[in-house]
Amino acid sequence: MGRYALKRIVSAIPLLIVISFLIFMFIHLIPGDPARLIAGKDATKADVELVREQLGLNEPLPIQYGKYMKGLVTGDLGYSIKNGKTVVEAIAPRFKPTIMLTISSMIWATIIGVSLGIISAVMKGKAVDYIAMLIAISGISLPGFWLGLELIQIFSVGLGWLPTGGLESWQAYVLPSLTMGSGIMAILARFTRSSMLESMREDYVRTARAKGLSELPVVMRHAFKNSLIEIVTVGGLQIGGLLSGSVMVETVFSIPGLGRLLVDSIKFRDYKVVQALLLFFALEYIVINLIVDLLYGVINPKVRYN
Amino acid sequence: MAEMKSTVNIQNFENVEALPKPKSKVKEFVKKFTKRKTAVISFIFIVLLLLAAILGPYIAPYDASQADYSNLLQGPSAAHIWGTDEFGRDVFSRLLAGTRLSLASALSATIVGTALGILFGLIAGFYGGWIDSLIMRCCDILFSFPDILLAIAIVAILGPGMINVIIAVAVFTVPSFARIMRSATISVKESLYVEVARSIGCKNWRILWVHIFPGTIQSMIVNFTMRVGTAILAASSLSFLGFGANVTEPDWGAMLSQGRNYLNTAPHIVLFPGILIFLTVLAFNLLGDGLRDTLDPKMS
Repeated sequence: MGRYALKRIVSAIPLLIVISFLIFMFIHLIPGDPARLIAGKDATKADVELVREQLGLNEPLPIQYGKYMKGLVTGDLGYSIKNGKTVVEAIAPRFKPTIMLTISSMIWATIIGVSLGIISAVMKGKAVDYIAMLIAISGISLPGFWLGLELIQIFSVGLGWLPTGGLESWQAYVLPSLTMGSGIMAILARFTRSSMLESMREDYVRTARAKGLSELPVVMRHAFKNSLIEIVTVGGLQIGGLLSGSVMVETVFSIPGLGRLLVDSIKFRDYKVVQALLLFFALEYIVINLIVDLLYGVINPKVRYN
Repeated sequence: MAEMKSTVNIQNFENVEALPKPKSKVKEFVKKFTKRKTAVISFIFIVLLLLAAILGPYIAPYDASQADYSNLLQGPSAAHIWGTDEFGRDVFSRLLAGTRLSLASALSATIVGTALGILFGLIAGFYGGWIDSLIMRCCDILFSFPDILLAIAIVAILGPGMINVIIAVAVFTVPSFARIMRSATISVKESLYVEVARSIGCKNWRILWVHIFPGTIQSMIVNFTMRVGTAILAASSLSFLGFGANVTEPDWGAMLSQGRNYLNTAPHIVLFPGILIFLTVLAFNLLGDGLRDTLDPKMS
């Protein structure tokens, strides 16, 4: 297992280096002069030069890259143009809302999605199956930002039950996490159903039935237990996508999280913050994929030997 | 003896004549496909949408950009079936005009992404070696960003605008097609008919396009249909965030973005564009499901 883990971690390192390089190049790929874009059309030459110096763009590219990599290691990611704070200071307070939102979305989406998938597989071909799968495919097709707006319209504006935005109380998390988790719920429901149907065709399930076991233990103890490995894998991989999904949800519900900071920073051309956030989202996605890969190796020994 | 032989041959020939004619593949496909009601309904819906996109300006009751300050934020009525927006413009007419813009951007992004993905996948699978490694590592890099985030990053570099949204959506479409095409190419390139083509001196490009590519069309059609739905969602999300179509244009995502400012007083401005995006994406997903079940039941 140790060798397998080491192999997976080592294979992720080149990818991390290439991604960090691409994100470093981000500012240089912008058509035109980024310093001029930030300073604005009416800025004087001196103002543009000042911005260029602040961004470190007046140095040769290899030196810029060296400083950038050194900054990544030491945690010095530069300064935000918008408020003069260090990038770390600008980002740090935004973590909590996004992480809380991600966790709450993942919890309800997993419970409902997996339950729908199991019910659908057990009742295959019946009305319940069709309804569950219709809910699932609708969840995949729903634009998250529209769902969020409609939930605000019904539960906040219409009924006045829940706040329209912000994160002052636990109630404020309800609508954003419902919006954020709907897609994952749908994916998990569809995947659980197909995985369960596959397990229920296996010999061990037939044997359990032949031994006279009632349907519930057959489904939960034999079929579901064996499907769980794949469900955990798919669920784990969705967390990476969820964090970036915060971009839409946080914009709709005016939540001061990482996603909204990314949108605001792009609009404000605060490139240092944009670079740091893109790097964070990409790193987080790679690390979660890596953890899921390793977990899969722990649960399913066949993967390690292959 | 010779006479007997010829008689037998004639009899055999007659028996062959009596065999039922092989079924046409198209007829067989249509027969299987029409059994899937949701896929058929989705197909009809998409055809209607395409017609609306083409004929929109001719069948719309009002000019999509014509303001009417005496009818601001009106709810649905006989005169304006889906109401009016903050400038008194007819929401139904704007959605009809937006159908062309939204479908054109999603379809063109998916077509460009698919074409590039197919090309890279074919090259990677056929040539192997360092070309394969290089293309697949590039795909890994693109895969290490979630779709919408990659699109936002590209728009952040290129700047807002519909063309840049199309480029962004096309870029994140490439790796999934490249991977599917690569694995399909690898599995087909060792088959006997490709070996025969190679042995009679066929050039590489002919083997790729005439012998390998047609064998992968079915999985490409299914993937393409599903990716159009994803592209519509991504493009409207980018417009909603303010990175896509100009707010004055009748784009579905941009209309939603503008409409959220009037959620209290005129919820219909948000309701109808949202329903249209949802139904369109749902139709493409259901059609993709139906095509997959019909063309390749093993995939479902």
